[in-house]
Amino acid sequence: MGTGFVSTAAPVSRLMEELQQLPGVGPKTAARLAYFLLRAPEAQARALAEAIVDIKEKIVLCSQCQNITESDPCPVCQNPARDHSRVCVVAEPLDILALERTGRYKGLYHVLHGLISPLEGIGPDQLKIKDLMARLNVGGVQELVLATNPNLEGDATAMYLHRMVTPLGLRVTRLARGLPVGGDLEYADEVTLGRALDGRQEM
Amino acid sequence: MPPPRIYKTAAIVLRQINLGEADKIITLYTPNLGKVRAVAKGIRRARSRLSGHLETLNHCMLVLARGRNLDVIDQGQTVHGFSSLKENLWLTGCAIYAADLVDSFTGENIENPPLFDLLLNTLSRFEEGQSPELNRHYFELHLLRCLGYRPQLRSCPGCRALLKPVTNYFSAGAGGVLCPNCHLSVSSARPVSSGALRALLLLERSEYGAVGNLKLLPEVSREVEGVIRGYLSYLLEGEARSVRFLDRLRRDGLSGSA
Ligand SMILES: [Zn+2]
Ligand SMILES: [Zn+2]
Repeated sequence: MGTGFVSTAAPVSRLMEELQQLPGVGPKTAARLAYFLLRAPEAQARALAEAIVDIKEKIVLCSQCQNITESDPCPVCQNPARDHSRVCVVAEPLDILALERTGRYKGLYHVLHGLISPLEGIGPDQLKIKDLMARLNVGGVQELVLATNPNLEGDATAMYLHRMVTPLGLRVTRLARGLPVGGDLEYADEVTLGRALDGRQEM
Repeated sequence: MPPPRIYKTAAIVLRQINLGEADKIITLYTPNLGKVRAVAKGIRRARSRLSGHLETLNHCMLVLARGRNLDVIDQGQTVHGFSSLKENLWLTGCAIYAADLVDSFTGENIENPPLFDLLLNTLSRFEEGQSPELNRHYFELHLLRCLGYRPQLRSCPGCRALLKPVTNYFSAGAGGVLCPNCHLSVSSARPVSSGALRALLLLERSEYGAVGNLKLLPEVSREVEGVIRGYLSYLLEGEARSVRFLDRLRRDGLSGSA
């Protein structure tokens, strides 16, 4: 693995190898984290391990919006105070957190778990698009807000969804282009994102 | 003399992948350096100077610094973002496919200026609303020509006889169209009508201006598509990934230009 720690005990090198599977973690960071955990109090290490196991054991996808949740349907889908006639489509669960921080959106969500990405071989079937179509076919939804990233994949996904839902006759809007092109929604600040929500446009 | 540490180049963005928290590795196609993979630091942050300029399919002007492993993009400015092309789903799919083929067929740092021009002109023609189908096939055939994989369409690669205007047979393994005699000794050859062969020849031998108004009959068009597709996947040992997206749009009835 080329970590340079030749004489590392097996459990430590195993941890380092696991950590290196995480996004953005290279051999050096993995070694630093592993040695930090080695010296940390046992309670802290155990809490981390349990938190990791919990997300695998206690988290499911909401059968309606496909967001990650502990209870199905999720609290947002269950909340009668939210506007159930409006569904905002996002690529990832983190995008919902960003939109919720603006405090301006009261409708429901739908998480695609990715974007159409022809170069990576990711098409409609790899995303939660069938689930979205089923949800819209049930009726009751009047507006679909497309909040995919303003980049090639986000645009392709929005265009695809727009074309697919056209026969249903819903209002389809897209977040305004106040958002910096090429940026991730997740990184947009609340002001920019709030403005983009207010200025969403008909597609 | 060592190459300069900082260099400036035009480029078309072929693809990008995320790296770490906020960076990306961008695959570029340049006129004089061929394919270059370079790092764009911090580009995923909303306030990055680079963000927006390095979108996939953009034609841009860049300043890069040589790095130990990958070069680093220091400055970037869009020359043309093909934004009206990107507002059309089918054209976006076709343009992504063109970029995908260039990426799949080229190695890094092998210069091929005609291929750069071909890609740029192809993207421009998609945007100008030229027939996407003709433009796509023209691109495919001329890409093969730029790369030295020109198929033999005039004389039989088996016996060297000039091909007659009858049904002949395309064989990817033979690198061209076999005459009715020679095809018998090859297992997987695909029939090509004389009309399809004429269309292939015309597309392959002409400037775009001379063929841009060509109208292909649906059955000829299907044959041309089949021959080129078979040959490309033979050369790539599999289909380009982006082909599946075009197939999918066709199946969903979204291959129109609306
Ligand atoms: Zn839900
Ligand atoms: Zn022959």
